[in-house]
Amino acid sequence: MAWFKREKKPIEQPTPPDERRVRTEGLWIKCDSCRAIVWKKDLENNWQVCPKCQHHFKLGATRRLELLFDGGWLEQDAHLTSTDPLGFVDTKPYVTRLKEAQKKLGMGDAIITAEGFLNSRPLICCSMEFGFIGGSMGAVVGEKVTRAIELAMEKKLPLVIVSCSGGARMMEGTISLMQLAKVSAALARLDEARVPYISVLTDPTTGGVTASYAMLGDLNIAEPGALIGFAGPRVIEQTIRQKLPEGFQTAEFLLQHGFLDAVVPRKDLKTYIANALDLFLA
Amino acid sequence: MDHKRRKREIEQLEKKVEDLRRLASPQIPEAELERVRAEINFLKRDFHAHLDAWQRTQLARHPQRPSTLDYIRLLFADFTEIHGDRAFADDPAMVTGMARFHGRPVAVIGQQKGRDTKQKLARNFGMSKPEGYRKALRVMKIAGKFGRPIFTFVDTPGAYPGIDAEERGQAEAIARNLREMARLPVPIIVTITGEGGSGGALAIAVGDTVNMLENSIYSVISPEGCASIIWRDASKAEQAAAALKISAPDLLELGLIDEIVPEPDGGAHLNHEATAQLLDPVLERWLKELVRLPTPELLDRRYEKYRRMGQFMEQAAIP
Repeated sequence: MAWFKREKKPIEQPTPPDERRVRTEGLWIKCDSCRAIVWKKDLENNWQVCPKCQHHFKLGATRRLELLFDGGWLEQDAHLTSTDPLGFVDTKPYVTRLKEAQKKLGMGDAIITAEGFLNSRPLICCSMEFGFIGGSMGAVVGEKVTRAIELAMEKKLPLVIVSCSGGARMMEGTISLMQLAKVSAALARLDEARVPYISVLTDPTTGGVTASYAMLGDLNIAEPGALIGFAGPRVIEQTIRQKLPEGFQTAEFLLQHGFLDAVVPRKDLKTYIANALDLFLA
Repeated sequence: MDHKRRKREIEQLEKKVEDLRRLASPQIPEAELERVRAEINFLKRDFHAHLDAWQRTQLARHPQRPSTLDYIRLLFADFTEIHGDRAFADDPAMVTGMARFHGRPVAVIGQQKGRDTKQKLARNFGMSKPEGYRKALRVMKIAGKFGRPIFTFVDTPGAYPGIDAEERGQAEAIARNLREMARLPVPIIVTITGEGGSGGALAIAVGDTVNMLENSIYSVISPEGCASIIWRDASKAEQAAAALKISAPDLLELGLIDEIVPEPDGGAHLNHEATAQLLDPVLERWLKELVRLPTPELLDRRYEKYRRMGQFMEQAAIP
């Protein structure tokens, strides 16, 4: 079968293939909404909002704090980490999952709690990280939020919690569930202390986080297009065995049904919070 | 299955003893019979104490298990049902009302699953919608206003996951209940009687004491749900039930519940009266203890109870 066999040596590559290739991987991103090709740097500079169609991508916990705070901030309880109380193993051990997430994101669990200034007004802000096991709430997230609430109460500082979470963390079982009660009890005290609390719901906020602190703000506001609900869309579809209507469980849907005070674009978020706090406190 | 075999063995032994007694009672001394009976009882208790999480899950879901309305009938007098959330509808999956417990006026709240198909449909399988949680809160506020202790009976697969429930704010209704129950100025005595299904259960289960019937479960997600997330296969539920630690003994060890209420031999579904009789003194004891506390102390105690839940490492190095 000599016809198909190259008899001479293969054509020499002038340079190794690696050097000639233009590396475009990870430089460009296709917008989920308008399908436009966006340069990643542009997206980052625009706080992860598509410059073409204003679609809001997820914003990391640290970037969120950069967006809201004037400058630096004082992080609280950075070194709280999970103990894996159930010794939970699924396709891989929960401890391994935790280690991987910690390594990837450089944070102890799915939330940063911090004290800082927003338009020169001191406040406490909690910012959730979806990249850390789906932003799920286990004992550490519950404890950090509770401590943040108690700190806000003690210092009489307004509280802002930016939620971005799939809900309670399955790998900590009923302990995760009890965090809903713990945080909500602390919010009852904050309410009695008459300290303002603004809840910001971002894409996605579902399950136990929606069914506790995310829905308990003096103001509940959300980013455009964010998925917000109690049960996830897949669970509902399985239960009722039909397709869900267009736009179901979006921020706009919740606004229409009376569960949000406003849908605020990311670029206006800081101004909105500052203004609301002025109206509450000034 | 090993458990099924053991159960059959115990039953056979029991039958043998009865036969012996009838056939040869003059020859066998009563003391010997008693000894054998005691041995059988020991085996039975041992058998039930070692049910695994999945077996308990099945008992917790047993259709003949006593329901909230059964406990109301067996433990309370003068029950007067209260209906509706004053905003949208009356939720049949949630039963609420006023009654007397050992002569003392109290409020009673609980989920109702229904036993046959017709009842189940009418009660929506015990899955409340927002109006159910709002009705429960309304009754709790009435109880708070008139200083009446509250008993809640938890038995639900979870809050209803449907379009209408989402439209009316399922999450908001649950969240509000959690916050308001934390500051309700009267004792709240919670009993998990069957399935404690996640947020839908917790929404009436924030209290001063949380008791669980021996074969009830309390979980953040159903074993089937957990299995379908992890292994994409709901039939691995047995494994998931064990991993989630949802049985009463596990939860007592984790410090999430206060007391386990024993069930009659073989499970609560076999004898409703006996189950109620075992639960009654537990409820009465807690009530006596809690009504003695001044309100601020009661509320501090409740806050601290939940404040302590959850373990973590304080000063870990993050990789």
